[in-house]
Amino acid sequence: MEFDANRPIWLQVMNALETDIITGRRKPGEKLPGGRDLALRFEINPNTAARVYQELEKTGLCETRRGMGTFVTGDETVIASARNDFIRQTVKNFLQRMAQLGETPQSAARMILREEE
Amino acid sequence: MLESKEVTKQFGSKTAVDHISMKLEKGHVYAMLGPNGSGKTTWMKLAAGLLKPTYGMVCFNGEPVSIESRKHVAYMSTEPYFYTWMTVKDVGKYYQDFFEDFSYDRYLTLLKQMELTENLRTKALSSGMMAKLKIAVTMARDADVYMLDEPFNGIDLLARDEIRACILSYATEEKLLLLSSHLVEEMEAIADRAVFIKEGKLIENVDLEDMRTQQGVSMADRYRQIYGHTEG
Repeated sequence: MEFDANRPIWLQVMNALETDIITGRRKPGEKLPGGRDLALRFEINPNTAARVYQELEKTGLCETRRGMGTFVTGDETVIASARNDFIRQTVKNFLQRMAQLGETPQSAARMILREEE
Repeated sequence: MLESKEVTKQFGSKTAVDHISMKLEKGHVYAMLGPNGSGKTTWMKLAAGLLKPTYGMVCFNGEPVSIESRKHVAYMSTEPYFYTWMTVKDVGKYYQDFFEDFSYDRYLTLLKQMELTENLRTKALSSGMMAKLKIAVTMARDADVYMLDEPFNGIDLLARDEIRACILSYATEEKLLLLSSHLVEEMEAIADRAVFIKEGKLIENVDLEDMRTQQGVSMADRYRQIYGHTEG
């Protein structure tokens, strides 16, 4: 994975894992790689990898069971709500960009529909 | 684990390292940064016990560095230091004789990881292969501290990936790694702290993820801020 060195690396790796979870690429209850594995897989510092799980845990998308490792939450409502948050954020970012270009949400919506045809 | 106390080194009238005080703790990978001649190599040699300070000292676990501490500190210098008649195997045997913590098995694993074989003659190695050999033989020691001076120099992109992976696989909670390089980008993700040295003085010793989180600044940006010339 290529990182943007100006943004926290833990955040970029956490976003990648979140995407995997909300798109179902990683299933509810699935075991996630251990901290060291995560560090090697993403080629990041092990302390950064540990931070990824600390922060991901705060979102409720994963849980660490002592001596067992870190797992994707089994609570599918948490995953569904994270997915909604992501979608809303993506739309918001898009509309912000369109606003910079002088488009309103209504005109942006019309353009999307036209693209669809 | 390593503590630099006001350490100073003068060569004639030139001060290469100027009252550097800092603590380096285990469980971290430090990037040591600064332009050529800023004192990085001299500091590493002081910490490795290969140079005597003019003033101050570097301590390893509370004791000034000495012959004793060299058993626990693995240092890779930039200069080539193998005899030309040696094969890769000879280099391993040579290290095995010198260092109690050297593991030949681990050396073999590292050679494989670096795509080197025992029968190669050091004389015939390309600069990239030589750089990989130096790293393999240094990391084959089970030391507490690894100091690698310019591990990425003269190495192509793919070999750099191998070296990064290798360095990370030995970065555990019990070890301290210190890497110096001009190739700042190579170290952004693998280092968690950076030590900036300028004209022999310590500028700062910072946590990289905190810096990115709080200031949106990468290690390379900070490097430019510290050493860059303002263009007029």
